[in-house]
Order: sequence, then structure tokens, then C-alpha cells
Amino acid sequence: MDSSPAKPTDSATPARRRIASAGLGVFALLAVAGFFSPKWLTFLVTMAAANGLVSLGIVGLMRGGVVPFGQGMSFAIGGYTAALLFNKLGLTDALALPFAGGLVAVVIAVPFAPLLSRYRGIFFAMLTLALSMVTYGLLMKLELLGGSDGFNLGRPTLLGRKLPDARVGYILYLVTIGVATVMALLARAYFDSTRGLVTLAVRENELRVEYLGGSVRQAMAINFVLAAFCGGLGGALVVMSLGHIEPNFSFWTTSGEFVFVAILAGWQSVAAVFVASTVLEVVRSFSSAYFPNTWQLALGLFLLFVIRFLPRGIGSLWMKGSAR
Amino acid sequence: MNTVFTILVDGVTYASWLFIVALGLTLVFGVLKILNIAHGSFYALGAYAAASFVGWAASMHWAPAFSLVAMLLAAVVVAAVVAPLTERGLLRFFYGRDEVLLVLVTYAMFLILEDVTKLVWGTNPYYVSEPYGLFGNLNVGVQTWVGYDFALVALAVIVGLLVWWGLNRTRQGKIVLAVIHSAEVAASMGVNVSRVYMLAFSVGIFLAALGGAFTAPMISVQPGVSVGVIIVSFAVVIIGGLGSIEGAAVGALIVGLARSLAVHTAPVAELFSIYIVMAVVLVFRPEGLFQRTQARKI
Repeated sequence: MDSSPAKPTDSATPARRRIASAGLGVFALLAVAGFFSPKWLTFLVTMAAANGLVSLGIVGLMRGGVVPFGQGMSFAIGGYTAALLFNKLGLTDALALPFAGGLVAVVIAVPFAPLLSRYRGIFFAMLTLALSMVTYGLLMKLELLGGSDGFNLGRPTLLGRKLPDARVGYILYLVTIGVATVMALLARAYFDSTRGLVTLAVRENELRVEYLGGSVRQAMAINFVLAAFCGGLGGALVVMSLGHIEPNFSFWTTSGEFVFVAILAGWQSVAAVFVASTVLEVVRSFSSAYFPNTWQLALGLFLLFVIRFLPRGIGSLWMKGSAR
Repeated sequence: MNTVFTILVDGVTYASWLFIVALGLTLVFGVLKILNIAHGSFYALGAYAAASFVGWAASMHWAPAFSLVAMLLAAVVVAAVVAPLTERGLLRFFYGRDEVLLVLVTYAMFLILEDVTKLVWGTNPYYVSEPYGLFGNLNVGVQTWVGYDFALVALAVIVGLLVWWGLNRTRQGKIVLAVIHSAEVAASMGVNVSRVYMLAFSVGIFLAALGGAFTAPMISVQPGVSVGVIIVSFAVVIIGGLGSIEGAAVGALIVGLARSLAVHTAPVAELFSIYIVMAVVLVFRPEGLFQRTQARKI
């Protein structure tokens, strides 16, 4: 369902090749570093990469000027899909589960896409929020899905092989950052493609886009569906590493954190999304360990600081050239 | 027949405090163009302050009726302390920015206030039971209702009328309406817009805190009360139309009735009945029931 119009290697301009090799370089570096890192660190980066995928979808929508406040919905759908496939159908493959999660999130998002593409600003934010809260309400009450406690799932396999005890965290880490790298490269290619640039133009002036023959609603709808795919993917990846799922995945505060990361990252740089996501995870785990009652306070102050002094996010620090 | 009556009464009593809270939210949006996520935090602050004030009044052995005054006082104090602090100290730096960005500013405020309440009041729940028995019980047919719930409905009506009167029948209110219409033109006519902003924001926070203070006896005041209230009051103002008083009233009633209908007929739907209504209204009338559609500016 990933209708990325141009693969990074296709019309390989030097810049694209550079980005692709940079992405693969980062992946290799992380893969090696992860091998020697303590378990808590690989877990932290796994979470950051998986959550970052959800925020990546939000950034894709933000490029068109809308911010969804209910991305927890796709996140939860992806997570529940993976967990249910695992427990009920016995599909345990660590590569198939995220893909299935993304796919189901897309299937559920598609009917809403034409509707949502008509909305802007706070109305878009509120409608997505309403959808995610309906999902939350359903998940809380459905006994089949474990109700408010959610349920656990076991250890995934990879390509038909069981994962050894000692290495399971590391292998899931590899899978997660691998998927994240591929998605990041695809996202970059998409953002630079014609459709991606139309999205940016929508942000500037919708009417002009229409006059020039572009379809604003089509661009918005496609971005929404792509964001759902990213959200589902992220949810499934998180669930595999966490081993647990609950309705809170769809609660509005979860969605708020994804938006937080997207705002922190800004809409210019893809790498910034994952950097921002890592920052959030680091702040979260350190403050909840050392100042359990003030970590939201720190987060809030940080967010205010970013909005005030870095309105285009941390991505604008190294993407100055393309800023308009 | 009995169930219908129960549903109606439950819906209306739920709508009453919700209306007070949502009225504040819609007022702040109307004037400042800010959809305030932190509104629920002000509700929580009101509830906590009421818990402290009522407890304090009880420890002074004042008459139980005084706890009502204590709750009102709690709301006034929250508004008087917090409103100038947040509006002057924070929000004014972000005026004129994108609406969605302002939502995020208030989201940051919400995160901060969550922890501030925990720091001040701790994480243990508070119970404010004294005022709840003040109005006795009311027997209607086979059912018994707590009088306090009906007092709350009366309070909501009074608050609604007062705000309507204040906006439409006083000089100050007309100035506020002028600012809602166009802050720029109002400013050029000599209106001190930033003063109006602060006034409206203070009243908005006062209403949130008032709602919190007067619902404190009905709930256990603990971390997390803000989280639920925000989203429900969002639903109310979205259904009614942002910035409209009548809208807030009708929205609160719709939400209250939808919820109590779900509670009494299909408990499974309790949690999402509200959001389904909100989504349906957004789909058919994106601007809400009581808002005229505005032409998009190019």
C-alpha cells in the first residue's frame, strides 16, 4: 500500500544517492553499536524508532498544513492487529507482523480519507481525535480484545526461526531500525517527488494548487492513508518489543506525544523525526526514573521552548538551505 | 417510561457542570482563538482548590453551608492566580500564530499543570463529601435523586444567563463582542485588546475552575481528572460550534443525554457514544450546530 512514486535509486541524482547511502550508513552504524550496547539502550532506541514512524506519518500530513491529533488510532490498530494475528492466527514473523499492522491500519483509514481531506486546522485535528477516542472506547469495552487491561503476546519469530533468548532484544532492534531506515528513505523520496511537493504547495496556498491543476483533496487523502500505514507499522513494532498491548495506545495523550515529536522535529527533515523521537524516549526514561512527578513538566517546558524559538523544529537546524 | 425519565435526569445533571466548563472553553476560543487543552487542567485545579478550601472550612468548624462559599472562593482564587500568570506570562507570546500551533502551546501548558497539581496536592485522591448532602434527597416516583445534582443544574442555568447577559447587555460585554468580531478594528477604535483578552481568559478559567469546584463533591479528586474532562468538553464545543454560548448549552445537553442513554441502554457504548456524536456533527456540520459557515480567506 506504500504508493511511493519514486524509489530512491530510480532517477538517481547524486543527492539521492548520497541520502540513500547516508541512511544505510546510519543503519549499519546503529546495528554495530546496538550489538555492544546494554539491553536498556537497544530497547530505548527500538521504541524511539518505532514511535518515530508514527510521527513520520504526522510530519507527512504537517507538510500539507494539517496536524492529526488522533494518530494513536492507527498506532493502536497496528498494535492490535499484530497482537491478534500472533495470538489467534499464529502468525509470528517479525517482518510480516508490522507489515500486516500497517496494512490493516490503511484498510481502516481509507474510508475516512476522502472525508478528512475536506477538513483543515483544528477541525481536522478534532475529527481525527474523535476517531481515535471512538477506537479507544471500543477497545476498552471489547472483552474479546482484553478490555481495559489489554493482553500479552509472546516472542515473535524471524523468517521461520525462533529467536534465541539472549539475542531477542537485539534482533527486534535490528528489525525495527531496519524498517525505520527503509521507511525514512521512502519518505524522503516521497517528500521530494512531485506529489510530495504538491503537499508543500498546499501548505502555502491551497487555491493556487487547485488553479494549477493539482488536487488538494487527493494529496491530503493520500497523505492521510500513508500516515495510517506509518502509524500501523509503528504500533506493530512497538507491540512486538513490548510484548503487551492496551487501549491506551489509542488514548489522546498517546496521540499528543506523537504530535509532540512531530513538532519537535519540524517538517523539513526526516532524520529529525527519529532524533526527536529518541530525545523524547531519553527524557521519558530518565525523568521517570529520577523525577517521576515532574517529567511532564520538563516535557511541557521543552515543547514551549521549541515552539517559541525553533518554530520549524530541530530539523531546521541543519536544513536551513531549503527553508523559505 | 421510568427509564426515559432516568435517562433525561441523568443526562441533564451531567450536562449541567459540563456546560459550565464548556462555556469557559468556548469563550476563550471565541475571544482569543485558542482551543485550550489546558482547560481541563484548570478544571482540575478548581477541584483540588475546592478540596483544600472545603477541608479548611470544615477544620474551622464552620457551618456545612459555608462549604458552598468555599467552593466558589476556590474557583475565584484559581482564576485570579492562574489566569494572569498563564495569559500574560505565556500565551501572549504566541498570539497570531497558527491555531493548531496554539493548541500545542496549550498542550504544553496541560503537561506542565498536570505535574504542578501533583507537586502541590500529591497523588492521593481527595474526597469532598460535605457539600454533597446539603440539599438533601429528592424522591420522584420510585427514584431518589441527590438534591445537589439539581442544585448544579440551577447553577448552570444561572451561570449561562449571567454570561449571556454580561456579553450582550453590558458595555464591557459589547466590547468583548467587538473584539471577537475583529480584534484589529476594535483596537483601532480605541479598545484595549490585550485587556479584553485577559478578561475573557480569566472568565474562561474561572468557569473551568467553577465546574471543577462544584463537581469535586461528586468525584474523587485525583490525578487524571483533567484528562477526561478536556476531551468531553472539546466534544461539547465542537458539537455546538466554537465560540457560541447557545451551542455550548445544546452541545452539553446532547453529550449529557447521549452519554446517559448509552449508560442506561448500552453500557458498552458509554465511552465512545460522545465521540460518535461529535464525529457525526463534524461530518455534517463541520462548524458545529450554532456556527455560521465562514468563507475561507485566501
